[in-house]
Amino acid sequence: MGIVRTENLTFEYIRRDEEGNVEGITTAVDNVNLDLQAGQFIAILGHNGSGKSTLAKHFNALVSPTEGTVWVDGMDTRDDAKTLDIRQTAGMVFQNPDNQIICTLVEEEVGFGPENIGVPTDEIWLRVEESLKAVGMYQFRKASPNKLSGGQKQRVAIAGIVAMKPKCIILDEPTAMLDPSGRKEVISVLHELNKRENVTIILITHYMEEVIDADRVFVMDDGKIVLSGTPREIFSQAEYLKRLRLDVPQVTELAYELKQAGIPLPDGILTKEELTAALTAFKG
Amino acid sequence: MIRDITIGQYYQTKSVIHELDPRVKLMGTMVFIISLFFGKSIWMYLAVTVFLAAVIKLSRVPLKFIVKGLKAVLILIIFSAAFNLFLTDGEVVVRLWKLKITKEGIYQAVFMVIRLMYLIMGSSLMTLTTTPNNLTDALEKSLGFLKVIKVPVHEIAMIMSIALRFIPILIEETDKIMKAQMARGADFENGNLIKRAKAMVPVLVPLFISAFRRANELAMAMEARCYHGSEGRTKMKPLKYNRRDRIAYAVLAVYLCGIAALNIYMGGRII
Repeated sequence: MGIVRTENLTFEYIRRDEEGNVEGITTAVDNVNLDLQAGQFIAILGHNGSGKSTLAKHFNALVSPTEGTVWVDGMDTRDDAKTLDIRQTAGMVFQNPDNQIICTLVEEEVGFGPENIGVPTDEIWLRVEESLKAVGMYQFRKASPNKLSGGQKQRVAIAGIVAMKPKCIILDEPTAMLDPSGRKEVISVLHELNKRENVTIILITHYMEEVIDADRVFVMDDGKIVLSGTPREIFSQAEYLKRLRLDVPQVTELAYELKQAGIPLPDGILTKEELTAALTAFKG
Repeated sequence: MIRDITIGQYYQTKSVIHELDPRVKLMGTMVFIISLFFGKSIWMYLAVTVFLAAVIKLSRVPLKFIVKGLKAVLILIIFSAAFNLFLTDGEVVVRLWKLKITKEGIYQAVFMVIRLMYLIMGSSLMTLTTTPNNLTDALEKSLGFLKVIKVPVHEIAMIMSIALRFIPILIEETDKIMKAQMARGADFENGNLIKRAKAMVPVLVPLFISAFRRANELAMAMEARCYHGSEGRTKMKPLKYNRRDRIAYAVLAVYLCGIAALNIYMGGRII
């Protein structure tokens, strides 16, 4: 059994009018069955309103399923006694870096999580140092988070989770408010953590470039998982992705258009190098 | 004008004052404020000035920074000076139509201005040299006895530290909203007071909405990081007194006794 598993997971938002009468029901997550393996880099893709953020919140016990069950490392998220253990096992990083930083010093911010779970003082300092080094922000430990760039703030937020030593980190569109260079910073830190510390990464995003190096990709639409597989398998279905209002990476798009124009290229080209190689082979 | 408020801001540098235990600084600020209202002799104010100047010098915070905090309360200072100047009975020095300025009034006004200025300077010096987190830690620890009567001390301290952390963010946001409104023709600078106050409404509404949204997200982020109140919580930086703090307490005691002695010696005399 994987680190995060869901069975027939359904979540409904009930919209009410001013008197509290039910106006309508929105099904944000619709009968999702997932089994995410520990140690992998997992990406969940979907356009706005596809239910991917709501799904992510289930993994951290921030919302309880309307129907179905979610297990995090074998613990049922509906069990109130396990909530803290679940949040310690599966840490969560949110979209807006400003709204998730609680303290006024970087090192205090990273220490906030360990403080909450009752780690002894000396150990907190060790963990803060380790996790700040892991995200490459150690030299900023005495700085105020307000003075950092978006990418740096998000790295601090990740360090804050890493310091709690989770088995799994869930990131809900962590790069949506960053510029391209900040986006790159954050994604490379995530890969580093995944490879070196063997932390399971669950990345929720709508940027295709970020999922190219993932081990496994799930595509969501209208609350359902509509595609799953390796990035190559996913991107070979360029046409279907476009119908879901998702872009494919530029290189894949170019390869797809070339193929439409009659040049015989293989499906699911992901990098410039692959495309160059394929084109050279075609010419030769 | 919002940018002038230095209370609650932290000035980062290395100094003896910065490294003191926040409880010492909290106590020191209280002692200082009490000493301001002790007596009314010139010698006492001289002693207070020397003390404040010495602490400012030790803190390595530029004087300019501390004085900037006064701008925000300038109107209050002018008002209280005027009231004291014109409304104190005594030996009349100048008579302007129905208003009279008395000798006592002049003394009162000058002292009131000094008191208010020092009060602001003293308390901003505390926040300038103490990180908000440290400060709330100190409050939490020194007010811990209130827990017995079910005052949620930890929660209040946490609320304060978050409020302080969001001051610069909300200021920036206000600025952004005002610029966005100005770009669409809003006028914040002209017209009378009522007109200008009305112009602020379209700024305040989005500001409040976004503040609530931020609060909601922050609460979720805190929950996701296992925050569940003070129960079972450890401290990354537990407060511990060391030699430096004991010396500071001694200095404070000497200062307080000195001021008290000076006042007793002077009786009610001013000079």
